[in-house]
Amino acid sequence: MLLYLFYILSAITVGCALLTIFSKNPVYSVLFVIATFFSIAGHFILLNAQFLAIVQVIVYAGAIMVLFLTVLMYLNLNKSVESSKPLLIKIAAMVSGGLLFLVLIASFKSGLSIAPTSVRGDAGLIKNLGNTLFTEYLFPFEATAVLFLSTMAGAITLTRKK
Amino acid sequence: MDITTAVQQVPLNNYIVLSIMLFSIGVMGMLLRRNAIIAFMSIELMLNAVNLLMVAFSAFKGDSSGQVFVFFIMVVAAAEVAIGLAILAMVHRNSGSVDINHLNKLKW
Repeated sequence: MLLYLFYILSAITVGCALLTIFSKNPVYSVLFVIATFFSIAGHFILLNAQFLAIVQVIVYAGAIMVLFLTVLMYLNLNKSVESSKPLLIKIAAMVSGGLLFLVLIASFKSGLSIAPTSVRGDAGLIKNLGNTLFTEYLFPFEATAVLFLSTMAGAITLTRKK
Repeated sequence: MDITTAVQQVPLNNYIVLSIMLFSIGVMGMLLRRNAIIAFMSIELMLNAVNLLMVAFSAFKGDSSGQVFVFFIMVVAAAEVAIGLAILAMVHRNSGSVDINHLNKLKW
């Protein structure tokens, strides 16, 4: 039963990702990428990673994509004014993307026989995740605070009018 | 049905194939489009493919370190998007478009 749910979610994920890169209007692209992120949050729930599912919805679909939409509105890019690439380059891009897919699949196909050892289903619960984050990874967590501070300063400095 | 058997119902190989598909779609979008904002979204797609793979391995191994790494990837992605969109806004102010073919001043 869960396997069918996985297949439905995967179809939504891949379909929306394809529509993201093929739709002409950038606003539609943003909306499709939001749908992709929601379906990835569904995958996280399927893997019992509840905290990351919530963070995926709130931070990715909520904050980051709204930032994209805001910039699209601010720059008034909602029309498709993009000059399209020549057909040859498009075909080359598709072929190289497909080849990358094939190479990655082939490299995993030969060397992958992972038997799930010592499976614990509760790794994604907030309690365990918080324990790991605030004991083992406390220093990277503090470093992200500095990263965000410098990001904020950088964004303000970059967009300031001279 | 307890949670461990529920997680194991979908094989790990399915998640690997799905992540590879998402990553390839991201690479394809990066090569295919000229709009810099869509290029950014392709990067986000690739990051999400990696996140999905990492959560899958973490859930199957029962180790929450992988999910902490996903958390950090999300943090870095948020910072990257903020800076990138600031740069794009500046580029648009100076050159009037976000076409990446206009950004060839450093090319020789």
